[in-house]
Amino acid sequence: MSLLKVMDLKVSYGGIEALKGISFAVEKGQIVTLIGANGAGKSTTLRTISGLVPVKSGTITYDGNVISGQQPQQIVAQGLCMVPEGRRVFPNLTVYENLRIGAYLRKDDITADVDHVYNLFPRLKERHWQLAGTLSGGEQQMLAVGRALMMRPKLLMMDEPSLGLAPLVIKSIFEIIQTLHEEGITILLVEQNANAALRIADYAFVLETGMLDVQGTGHDLLNDPAIKAAYLGESKK
Amino acid sequence: MWNTVFPYLLSGISVGGQYALIAIGYTMVYGILRLINFAHGDVFMVAGIVMVYMAASGLPLWLCIVLDLVATAIIGFAIERIAYKPLRTAPRMSIMISAIGVSYTLQNLVLYITGGLNQIYPKIPWISDSITIGSATTKVVTVVTPILTILLVFALVMLINHTKVGMAMRAVSKDFETSQLMGININSVISTTFVIGSFLAGVGSTLYFTNYTTVIQTSGAMPGLKAFVAAVFGGIGSVPGAVVGAFIIGIAENLIKGLDIILFKMGLISKPMGLAIFSDAFTFALLIIILAVKPTGLFGEKSIDKV
Repeated sequence: MSLLKVMDLKVSYGGIEALKGISFAVEKGQIVTLIGANGAGKSTTLRTISGLVPVKSGTITYDGNVISGQQPQQIVAQGLCMVPEGRRVFPNLTVYENLRIGAYLRKDDITADVDHVYNLFPRLKERHWQLAGTLSGGEQQMLAVGRALMMRPKLLMMDEPSLGLAPLVIKSIFEIIQTLHEEGITILLVEQNANAALRIADYAFVLETGMLDVQGTGHDLLNDPAIKAAYLGESKK
Repeated sequence: MWNTVFPYLLSGISVGGQYALIAIGYTMVYGILRLINFAHGDVFMVAGIVMVYMAASGLPLWLCIVLDLVATAIIGFAIERIAYKPLRTAPRMSIMISAIGVSYTLQNLVLYITGGLNQIYPKIPWISDSITIGSATTKVVTVVTPILTILLVFALVMLINHTKVGMAMRAVSKDFETSQLMGININSVISTTFVIGSFLAGVGSTLYFTNYTTVIQTSGAMPGLKAFVAAVFGGIGSVPGAVVGAFIIGIAENLIKGLDIILFKMGLISKPMGLAIFSDAFTFALLIIILAVKPTGLFGEKSIDKV
């Protein structure tokens, strides 16, 4: 059974239709990626699933429940977490507080989860008491991921995690995504860095101006000449 | 010399404490909504009026104080829900205009109820009693105010820095959307902020009106404005800043009130010059200077955002 199912989803911002009826599914245990150009509706898709943007029509089903129309806090409570675009760590909170606030809805002991995040990202442990605003971009991205892990997500959505980071940092971010995947977390990844995303993805969807265009396994799309031309920066020959 | 200055200093500290309790409401609401809540001074005034009517009903005075504080907190909560929450996504100017509307609504409501007559604030035993400290004869409230203010501010700072709801407040003040993604209900965090701010204004009103003894529909305007200047002076958004600013303004204002006598005793002037009249002007001159020289105030938010 699919963990997440989006059916004919339409979203509009003040009269402009950002999503024109897209349908896709994310199977449990997979890494699924949404790729596409700027303004294609990738971020809108994630923001709508997480409840930040209202649905115009269509349904979103997560783990057997319809979640479209629910408040963000209800959706997060079910283990559907998002790492927002641009990291968005709380700059005025310490690293540790950022992790604690990630577990805001949990009432149980979070020590083990904090340790888990610090194991994944030893750099964060060193900066435990530092204000998150003073971290480097890469460290903030680690913190944003760690913060999302604090809710023990079943499905983790990541919006452009590689944006604005140095190539070496990007590499380690993608390694982390794979590590999380091996831990059993299903991942829905939005990326402009199509090359790297397709390499680790089990399945991929290509969004173009609010509609789903092509879909297939990561491997297939990597070798699709049309995709290569449009998104991977290689010319058709 | 000291004996001349001391009474003014003492009442300055006391008035400063009262301003501080109001200023916290301005600064907290600004911190979270980036809104200057123009109705806050009127909430302070309404707290005084509610107390007058409650005491007139014959309830025991201690119960009146408790109920007054609860009522003030509820009024703050209701104002946010009715006048600000529906405008959450509107431009900031709209919500500010709504705040001005609330301010006049409260004043006119009180004008209607009281007929525009001065209401005598009930005499609260003990804190209304006279007390002599050194060269100053004053009410007990003068001494109680700064102590109570500092205790409340300490409790508030602990709440903001060391509790879960305080952490949520700090998070929401930076980023509504991401806070929602953490599962924070931003509406309840914003309501909490208004409840705390109004509650403290209620405490401030009990102390202030015990000192000044009458309440009228415009009673909130001047202390509200002064507290607002204090919040800007201290760095709007910062709780400790608002408190420090309020004490400085309260003390400076009262020293100016006594400036004639102080200068006369020092032998610097030979006849009164009516300098006391500048005590209000000083506060607003300070506002102009601070906005021109250091708009972020004494403890203004440090910008540590890294893009």
